[in-house]
Amino acid sequence: MLKQIEGSQAVADVVALCRPNVIAAYPITPQTHIVEDLAEIVSEGRLKAEFVNVESEFAAASVVLGASAAGARTYTATTSQGMLLMNEVIYCIAGMRLPIVLTCANRAIAAPLNIWNDHQDSMSVRDAGWIQLHAEDNQEAADLHIQAYKIAEQLSLPVMVCMDGFILTHAYEPVDIPDQKQVDDFLPPFKPTHIVDPRWPRGIGLYADPRFYMEAKYIQHRALEKSEETIKRVSSDFSLAFGRESGGLFKTYKLKEADIVIVSMGSIVGSIKDLIDRFEAEGKKVGLLQICSFRPFPREQIYEALKDKTNIVVVEKAISLGRGGILASDVRWSFPKGEKIPRRISSFIAGLGGRNISLDDLRYMVEKVEREPVELEFLGLRQEIIQEKDL
Amino acid sequence: MIEIRIHGRGGQGNVAAAELLAVAAFIDGKFAQAFPSFGAERVGAPVQAFVRIDDKKIRLREEVRNPDYLIVQDYYLIETVPVLEGLKPNGLVLINTDKPLDELKLNTTARVETIPATEIALEIIGRPIPNAIMIGAFCSITGLVSLEAVQQAIMQKFPGNVGANNVAALERAHEIIQKRKLYA
Repeated sequence: MLKQIEGSQAVADVVALCRPNVIAAYPITPQTHIVEDLAEIVSEGRLKAEFVNVESEFAAASVVLGASAAGARTYTATTSQGMLLMNEVIYCIAGMRLPIVLTCANRAIAAPLNIWNDHQDSMSVRDAGWIQLHAEDNQEAADLHIQAYKIAEQLSLPVMVCMDGFILTHAYEPVDIPDQKQVDDFLPPFKPTHIVDPRWPRGIGLYADPRFYMEAKYIQHRALEKSEETIKRVSSDFSLAFGRESGGLFKTYKLKEADIVIVSMGSIVGSIKDLIDRFEAEGKKVGLLQICSFRPFPREQIYEALKDKTNIVVVEKAISLGRGGILASDVRWSFPKGEKIPRRISSFIAGLGGRNISLDDLRYMVEKVEREPVELEFLGLRQEIIQEKDL
Repeated sequence: MIEIRIHGRGGQGNVAAAELLAVAAFIDGKFAQAFPSFGAERVGAPVQAFVRIDDKKIRLREEVRNPDYLIVQDYYLIETVPVLEGLKPNGLVLINTDKPLDELKLNTTARVETIPATEIALEIIGRPIPNAIMIGAFCSITGLVSLEAVQQAIMQKFPGNVGANNVAALERAHEIIQKRKLYA
């Protein structure tokens, strides 16, 4: 049913439809409403689940780890500092191949303290072994959770659904919430492949000495690479079952004819599409490639989609300090070295700590890369408050 | 696409006002988007919330810089926050104040409307929360969203007495505006 609701409410409603057995999460802005709404759903008896109140994000992640290892379908959510506090457990969950679904309500990381949106938190665990899917709007954020459980449980891999804090979590927009039967038909009950059970004692995630550890990591890496197929298939199954496009590895907008291609991910792609339409009206051909699956990073498919494009600009809400754009780095890596084509791949960092990204900012970016390649630029930087002595 | 910016102080129901307008527009069969710009998240601190209404799906995520309409829930904000910034010259600003129009001295070519929303809120709701009156007056002036849809949105969000009182406040705002139109 189509409803005009808050993004957090949409996610909570859809997570409940996925029938998790155990939920543990610690409230933190801007993820709080998701947890509050789920707590209400459980306390009102609309979802039969164990809602475990915990004292920290470390505990929340540990509870879902244990519950998942015991065979439960589990859910947790966090953001920012909470993600950092979970860090140790995040790696363990991936290493134990537990199909946990986590919502990251993307937010900046301190210091300086900042509660607003960027992608630094999920980026901080990009190498942990989780699938990371980024939502464009609240419909996709909701839909991705249904897909996430299916992907996670088919592959024994944890899935993180990333949605922009405030910009999506606190936005009221129309979201089609499916009914229980639709979700049940799409997402069968969880049949765990390996569980800890006192009746048949065994351990998972235990000790791997130098004879075994490398293989464990190799297998994880290969499993993530191979998950591209499943992510694609689950997305197309989803669109057959629910009648709308959501998820997948990436989507494109007016890419075919484009002279300049913007690559980005998350909610900013909505503004980018509006800008592309305005450029089109002015006779300028700009296209978009929006990443949904940041991990695994679909290098080959991105190369196939962009191989004829010579002017590409990546705009992202995170930075590897001392290195530069993270998504830009991955996009640049997608093209073979020593290409004959004179390809420019520019990199812009935008919207850190919730800085508004206006259409004027994005227009400036496109017009700049039209003239010259940009190695790295912070979009909308207030030069007037930066002093030379601080650099 | 119509863009609305709401200014108020934490505790005045600014985000709720944006939500109610968006839900009401949705009930009217339009596409709508509402989102807050959180600042200090403290009672009394200046807060902004944004609403977009359109006949097609809304993708734009930037903050509303050049609103068609401004809703100002506390007149005194104008002294501390650049409330009128970016308002379209032919736009409209609705201000919660009991001051007469000619005392306001606003630097804008946009149309200015006022309503003593806090006074009405204290009388009908018993608390100084002006949002229902402000959106009631807004809908009555602009006709952008139907009053019936706003009533429905209020009752969905606040079932029972709270909702009923806010609907009564909304209706009072409508009466005041309609009377004003009559004598204009």
